Amino acid sequence: MRHIIVLVTALVLWVTAGGPLAAQDWEDRRVFGTPTSNEATLRILSSTDTVFLAPIIEGFIRANPDWAVEYLVTGTADADMLFRAAPDRYDILISSAMDLQLKLVNDGYAHALDGVEHPEWAMWRQSLFAFTSEPAAIVLNRAAFKGRELPQTRQELITALRERSDYFTGRVGTYDVRRSGLGYLFATQDARVSETYWRLMEVMGALNTRLYCCSGDMIDDVAEGRILAAYNVLGSYAAARQEEDDRFAIIQPSDFPTMMMRTGFVSVQSVHMDEAEAFLRHLVAAQTGQGAQAATSPLPPLAVSADGSAGAIIPLDPSLMAFQDRLKRRTFLEEWENAVIQ
Amino acid sequence: MAENVHISGSLRRRLTFSLIGGAAILAATLYLVARSYSAQIAQQGQDNILGAAVSSILDVAIMRDGAVEVDFPYASFSMLNTPSDDRVFYAIHQDDTLLTGYEDLPRAPIPVGEKLGFATVEYAGTSLRLVSASRTLVGADLRSQVTVSIAQTQDALAVAQNRISRNVALFGAGFFLLTALLSFWASATTIAPLKRLTQSITRRGPTDLSPVSKPVPSEMAPLVGSLNTLMARLEQSLTRSEEFIAEAAHRVRTPLATVRAHAENTYQRVEREDNRAALRAMMRAVDESSRAAGQLLDHAMVTFRSDNLEKEQIDLVALAGELVRNLSPVAEMKDIDLILQGDAVVEIEGDAILLQNAIRNLIDNALKYSPVESRIELNVTATPRPQVVVCDQGPGFPPDRMQALTNRFSRGENAGDTVGSGLGLTIARDVVAVHGGSIHLSNRAEGGACVTLSF
Repeated sequence: MRHIIVLVTALVLWVTAGGPLAAQDWEDRRVFGTPTSNEATLRILSSTDTVFLAPIIEGFIRANPDWAVEYLVTGTADADMLFRAAPDRYDILISSAMDLQLKLVNDGYAHALDGVEHPEWAMWRQSLFAFTSEPAAIVLNRAAFKGRELPQTRQELITALRERSDYFTGRVGTYDVRRSGLGYLFATQDARVSETYWRLMEVMGALNTRLYCCSGDMIDDVAEGRILAAYNVLGSYAAARQEEDDRFAIIQPSDFPTMMMRTGFVSVQSVHMDEAEAFLRHLVAAQTGQGAQAATSPLPPLAVSADGSAGAIIPLDPSLMAFQDRLKRRTFLEEWENAVIQ
Repeated sequence: MAENVHISGSLRRRLTFSLIGGAAILAATLYLVARSYSAQIAQQGQDNILGAAVSSILDVAIMRDGAVEVDFPYASFSMLNTPSDDRVFYAIHQDDTLLTGYEDLPRAPIPVGEKLGFATVEYAGTSLRLVSASRTLVGADLRSQVTVSIAQTQDALAVAQNRISRNVALFGAGFFLLTALLSFWASATTIAPLKRLTQSITRRGPTDLSPVSKPVPSEMAPLVGSLNTLMARLEQSLTRSEEFIAEAAHRVRTPLATVRAHAENTYQRVEREDNRAALRAMMRAVDESSRAAGQLLDHAMVTFRSDNLEKEQIDLVALAGELVRNLSPVAEMKDIDLILQGDAVVEIEGDAILLQNAIRNLIDNALKYSPVESRIELNVTATPRPQVVVCDQGPGFPPDRMQALTNRFSRGENAGDTVGSGLGLTIARDVVAVHGGSIHLSNRAEGGACVTLSF
């Protein structure tokens, strides 16, 4: 019965709002500024939680008071799907799944911007711009490791989980790579670098790991003690959360780091091309220390190493398309399921 | 002289333009060839990478349980990274069915005997370089043809080609400029012997008709040969006519002397005044003819002796004195004082007969144009240069034609009925010229003409 009510409500909303957008079940949806008309509203589709981008959007609204920004949040895989289905509905797409973003640009969905000063490794085709660098982290419940040394590498995590396998059974978590674009990106990059990933997945699978859609939920559950260890959590989210909650520890594995970059581009079919360009420039400037927002933004900035190179960050190049291949994805997911779901 | 010549173009300009034109064509050809060659090399580079990527994917294709698996390496795509972030498209086909990748991506035809097929195709609204390769997989009970195709945009290639084109264009322009400069130099060098020949002919004296003896480039040999032949013929005909004139004058003089003698005899005998007047006129005409014939002979002799000059030490004062003594009777007939002034001895190297001839002609002229009871002054001085100046008190030279007067058979307009052939000054000029000197005509302020011979 409840389902029917939801369905009817959704249907009513669809009809009244006049399109499938209203029916979309957003994780979050917020309008910044006062929309004077539908014409003067930028639509940003994003996988980044609103709170992280809010200061930047507010800064943009201050500079362009005539404009409003509708900020729509959904998962990375979802965002990719929605955008591919209707590229004219959104002016900007922001996502942490670099591979999905790069493939969208490769497939011609992005508009190129002229003269953006940005490191070569942090942009692709003058269209896709990276504006953060964020590590994948292991998040551990401090109580669970009381009196013990915190594992610093994947190998130490494997050892720690094995030592107390009964204790950890059902109380570990990681991304469900089948549902999360970012989870899939982290998993494929890990697997590419080291065989350790598969051993860890087998151990976690044996411990009956829980699978998550999003980093936020994993951090919540570790903090609350529902799970005791989470692997491949977005370090930036964990760090932001830790400022008010000290019940968990954030470990950046020292064996090999996995760093991703949050990227954004202007839709080639944007109806507000100039404003969308302006927003992206504003975003890039703010995140590379050129704008006034740099200090206030809770988003980690784009870390440029001393020599100007990308460092350990996943390279933004066509190799990202390899694991987006249908066959390769199917093979990887089969292997992953074999390891994790037992 | 050049103003009498019809000029059509310039050898030097034509040579320069031909060289510059050639350089321009060469530079343009160089540019086109280098650009197309570099484009080929750049294309070859992209083809090689695409080929390697295709092979790396095809290598891992296997048949497992009747299904094709292609778990290609990460590197297959990472090797396709370019500085211009070129877009990549790919497709893997099993027989004619798309296994994975981009739908509708065409497959490049693979030539028989080749492993890879290359093509340039239009896809997704852009031009792509496409490489395909295929392999036959054999399963338990089926054979399958797996084809891998990878296509890439050519942005990086275009950037490289533009850079190469720009560099090659700069190089070509530099080459052209250098060649243009060289062509100016080359044409100047080529034309130099012609200029030297022109100068050597221009610098010649008026009577120098000797052949050109300096070596000339082989291309100029026919021209110089013809010139030499022409000058030889000219000299021959000139000599012949001089000889003819001398012979004629000589032959005329003797009978004229006979006629003069008979006329004189008859004049003594006839009484009637009108007959005497006729005879005087006749004698005067005969004198005139005789004098003209004499001058023609003198001129011929000057011309002859000039070509075979015999130089010796001569005292101009002594020479002038002898002439004054010889001509004094003629002067006295007109009551003219012939006065010799100047230094005691003025010695020069020269041909006595020629110099005598020249000075006598000047005195003759002075006598002819001097009025009765006047003075003719001969000034012979050694400093600053040996000079002979003959001045009279006659009407002077017409100022506007002074230079022309030294030409052959040219007489002053104010000569009037004075007898003369117009050869006197010409003889004097030629004599001075062969002695390396000059003749100068002037009028005196107080009236009368002056001729200065400077040696």
